[in-house]
Amino acid sequence: MKYAITSQGKSLEARIDSHFGRCKYIVIYDRETLGWEFIPNPFEQLDEGVGPMMVEMLHKKGISKVISGSFGIKIKELMDSKHMQMIIPQNDEITVSTVIEMIDNS
Amino acid sequence: MGNKEPASINLLLEEYEALRLCDYDRFNHEQAAELMGVSRPTFTRIYASALEKIAESFVLGLRIIIEGGHIYFDSKWCYCNGCKSKFSNPSGKNEKMRCPLCGSLDVTCVKEDETNETLIFRCDDCGIIEEVTASEAISEHLCPQCRKPMKPELLAGCSSNKCI
Repeated sequence: MKYAITSQGKSLEARIDSHFGRCKYIVIYDRETLGWEFIPNPFEQLDEGVGPMMVEMLHKKGISKVISGSFGIKIKELMDSKHMQMIIPQNDEITVSTVIEMIDNS
Repeated sequence: MGNKEPASINLLLEEYEALRLCDYDRFNHEQAAELMGVSRPTFTRIYASALEKIAESFVLGLRIIIEGGHIYFDSKWCYCNGCKSKFSNPSGKNEKMRCPLCGSLDVTCVKEDETNETLIFRCDDCGIIEEVTASEAISEHLCPQCRKPMKPELLAGCSSNKCI
């Protein structure tokens, strides 16, 4: 199962990004292979429609769960239609490595 | 007037939601109307009523009580009572959910058939979540742990046929 985690920086010690569409990086985490990769947000500079483009991109990469500090309201319907789950941790200051640890232990 | 002047003013939940979407989340009226599932003119009426009440409370120094109104809650969200995270249920089925983050089975979901009767309150400080039936839902719902006021969660809209 593949997870996407929004990240403020290109390090596992970076905090998760609280803006889904406007995040700096996306970490793709594969629970089967335990491998991860950082992708810079390709839509960061665009004016609008960033959220839906991001959903599309993650969907094509086979992501089924997305973790971010927050999501725009319009994203929910879109993610539901693609059977992607949205996860909002209570504390949006936790690091990417903490999230990965939680996923591994779950 | 005088002594009979009420010391509080009742802001309906749909009015609160209209203000939140426009002036906090910065959506325009058209987007906000769509999100609340009402027509643009209806939205404008709700919003205008909210502004009038806020102005009145400022000028007359009234307490604002947020309660009542014709609303429904976005139902396909679940809350983990272990790690306090919030997550969607994209399948939409009322199945037993497991927290995708910490794996806990202690999860509270709002079921489809309860959406009219059950409200979810959340404490920002402790992350405690409480289900409250609409008839018990009072304006000041206090957190059982820290006694601070809890916020209603996941306001999604207003059922248009009943709306003012």
